[in-house]
Amino acid sequence: MSALQTVKFYQTGTFTVGNRLLAPEERSVQANMQRTNSLNSGHRACQGCGEALGARYAIDAAMNATNRQLIAANATGCLEVFSTPYPETSWQIPWIHSLFGNTAAVATGIAAAIKVKQQKGQGQDVRVVAQGGDGGTTDIGFGCLSGMFERNDDVLYICYDNGGYMNTGVQRSSATPSAARTATTMPIGPEPGNPFGQGKFVPAIAMAHEIPYVATATVADLRDLENKVTHAMSIRGARYIHILVPCPLGWGTASHDTIRMARLAKETGIFPVFEAEYGEVKSALAIRRPLPVEDYLKPQKRFAHLFGKNPAVDTIARIQAQADKNIRRYGLLAKEAS
Amino acid sequence: MLKQCEGSHAVAEAVALCRPEVICAYPISPQTHIVEGIGEMVKGGELKDCEFINVESEFAAMSVAIGSSATGARTYTATASQGLLYMVEAVYNASGLGLPIVMTVANRAIGAPINIWNDHSDSLSQRDCGWIQLFAETNQEALDLHIQAFKLAEEISLPVMVCMDGFILTHAYERVDMPTQEQVDAFLPPYEPRQVLDVNEPVSIGAMVGPEAFMEVRYLAHAKQMQALELIPQLAQEFKTVFGRDSGGLIRTYRTEDAETIVIAMGSVLGTIKDTVDEMREAGHKIGVLGITSFRPFPLVEVAAALKHCKRFVVLEKSLAVGIGGIVATNVRMAVTGMGLKGYTVVAGLGGRAITMKSLTGLFEKAGRDELDLVTFLDLDWKVVNKQLEREREKRRTGPAAEAMLRDIGAVAARNY
Ligand SMILES: Cc1ncc(C[n+]2csc(CCOP(=O)(O)OP(=O)(O)O)c2C)c(N)n1
Ligand code: SF4
Ligand SMILES: [Mg+2]
Repeated sequence: MSALQTVKFYQTGTFTVGNRLLAPEERSVQANMQRTNSLNSGHRACQGCGEALGARYAIDAAMNATNRQLIAANATGCLEVFSTPYPETSWQIPWIHSLFGNTAAVATGIAAAIKVKQQKGQGQDVRVVAQGGDGGTTDIGFGCLSGMFERNDDVLYICYDNGGYMNTGVQRSSATPSAARTATTMPIGPEPGNPFGQGKFVPAIAMAHEIPYVATATVADLRDLENKVTHAMSIRGARYIHILVPCPLGWGTASHDTIRMARLAKETGIFPVFEAEYGEVKSALAIRRPLPVEDYLKPQKRFAHLFGKNPAVDTIARIQAQADKNIRRYGLLAKEAS
Repeated sequence: MLKQCEGSHAVAEAVALCRPEVICAYPISPQTHIVEGIGEMVKGGELKDCEFINVESEFAAMSVAIGSSATGARTYTATASQGLLYMVEAVYNASGLGLPIVMTVANRAIGAPINIWNDHSDSLSQRDCGWIQLFAETNQEALDLHIQAFKLAEEISLPVMVCMDGFILTHAYERVDMPTQEQVDAFLPPYEPRQVLDVNEPVSIGAMVGPEAFMEVRYLAHAKQMQALELIPQLAQEFKTVFGRDSGGLIRTYRTEDAETIVIAMGSVLGTIKDTVDEMREAGHKIGVLGITSFRPFPLVEVAAALKHCKRFVVLEKSLAVGIGGIVATNVRMAVTGMGLKGYTVVAGLGGRAITMKSLTGLFEKAGRDELDLVTFLDLDWKVVNKQLEREREKRRTGPAAEAMLRDIGAVAARNY
């Protein structure tokens, strides 16, 4: 017999693995007819909404991993608003929305209640996911998030990062990238757009809490996202997954470009995709073909002021430096490409 | 069982007897001893099947409570003053969602200037938040009200604040009759939630509601409080059957039968007022007392009935509606609309200022002669106030007012906790 031929994936040129080529148990949760459709169709998200896509994959994966024993707490924001214009709800799972900034704490409360009920022999082992946008996570919900991390409560917190307060009309958050135009960082004045030297990368801060699991993901690599959620649900304690979810409305991108934008964010090094355990990076998704940040910036209207007749070369270079730093810090360059 | 203990301890034990399942704690004086007490019981294994969570803020405390209550767990927390304000958004959310959380408010003033002592500004600032508010007069009543509070909250799916005077009650050692577990179990059945996050029956809780139904949802909250007006006296009656003593209810009257003047108040100051009234009765004054136990819902009918035969009422309250006068007084006036009574508002005891029998006697005598101003600030040091006002008239940069006034008084530095 000849040696096993290594499988090559040609069909898209994106290194995406087609389900057909995988063993059934390795296929994506979404490929399964039995998937839960936790976030069902009919919601009111914009066409091409990265957040809706990310949430659908993440929660279905968590449902799958927990044998459908899952409760979700949701922060105020696009995801909450577009999914529950009552009396309609897209959620097929027990779901609660309390406030904008308290979702991690609400999830802690749910987990505590489940624990007591189980001790009393009154309930199954149900798991908890908390979810919110970047504003609800990195800004207003940050205190509750840090508290939940620090206590190592048994909650998976998922942040859908679209780089701004989209639900209220695209204002700046602490996750808005440098130079980006938002309604509160207009492309005017001596430093157009969101100032450099501000903002924070919450996955790194989550790691500083030494929690069992921190991961980042994008909606460009949905299998990776599913795997991370699945892995997260196999662990007890505080876990954090930060998903980059392009927002056509806020970014000024075409609806059909959502996945392309997420992929470009990763392939330029703008958004590092990695996993960490107890504060240490364990793996990173390699950039196969490093691309200049212009490729990522150009299609987005929120960066339009950097281009045109007189491109803001210096600003673009500063963004490139940020990406390069990510590449160095998280070891993002694939061996074959370097 | 009779025992001599701190008010906070009595409440901690009472809460433990109610078999709480999730307790969230964040420290603030004068509430600390309560959650410390319960925490010890959980950690020592005395209070079983209970999660005790040390949270990072009061906002988180109420939020954890929201999550656990919505998951069907009997949930308790305690706070005061700045802590209550810090959790306000979640306080409204808990009542809006109809979650039967019980919370002790160890009543304390609100800053600035920061002040740890007792008045009712904190819970009264939340009078319209949708929670039921019960005020305890004694440590015994504080203890009893907590047991009633869980039952009340769970029967009508609304959260309940049990308000007890900070320090005056929380830190006072008094004799209390501590019920047995059997008694509490006989009175308080296990929690049966109306709504619960259940994987077998998934629901969405806390969805967005627009103009088409918002009014109705809000009205329902009001309707529930109106139901509570009936339920609170019923529970007090049931409580008496099981525990053998009067506790709770909507209002309580004292020597009001033939009273021409009725003094209205809430909380522990009722004790001092009753003593004063006893003395004045002996001196021939026709004076009585009306204690309000349930501030929310506000017992309009009962208050009106209690004041039916008097000539005047004096509302003595430990709160100030800045710009108008009294908070409790405004509510009482609503109750006596059209009754043609003379009514006086007395703001007293703010930030822990002592309310003495001597001052009260003078005050009530003046009221009896109808010589009281519409709004009186009891024992206000006018000299200090006027001096500051004058200073502000004379110069621009007068500096921080509170500090300047303290200097005028020449008080020893206030202790900070
Ligand atoms: C305490 C509070 N402040 C402000 C708001 C207004 N608000 C609602 S959603 C939202 C933006 C949400 O942004 P993000 O969390 O990033 O989620 P996105 O909509 O972008 O998905 C804001 C500011 C609120 N609901 N509550
Ligand atoms: S504004 Fe952005 S995040 Fe919100 S629904 Fe539209 S695409 Fe999704
Ligand atoms: Mg956002």
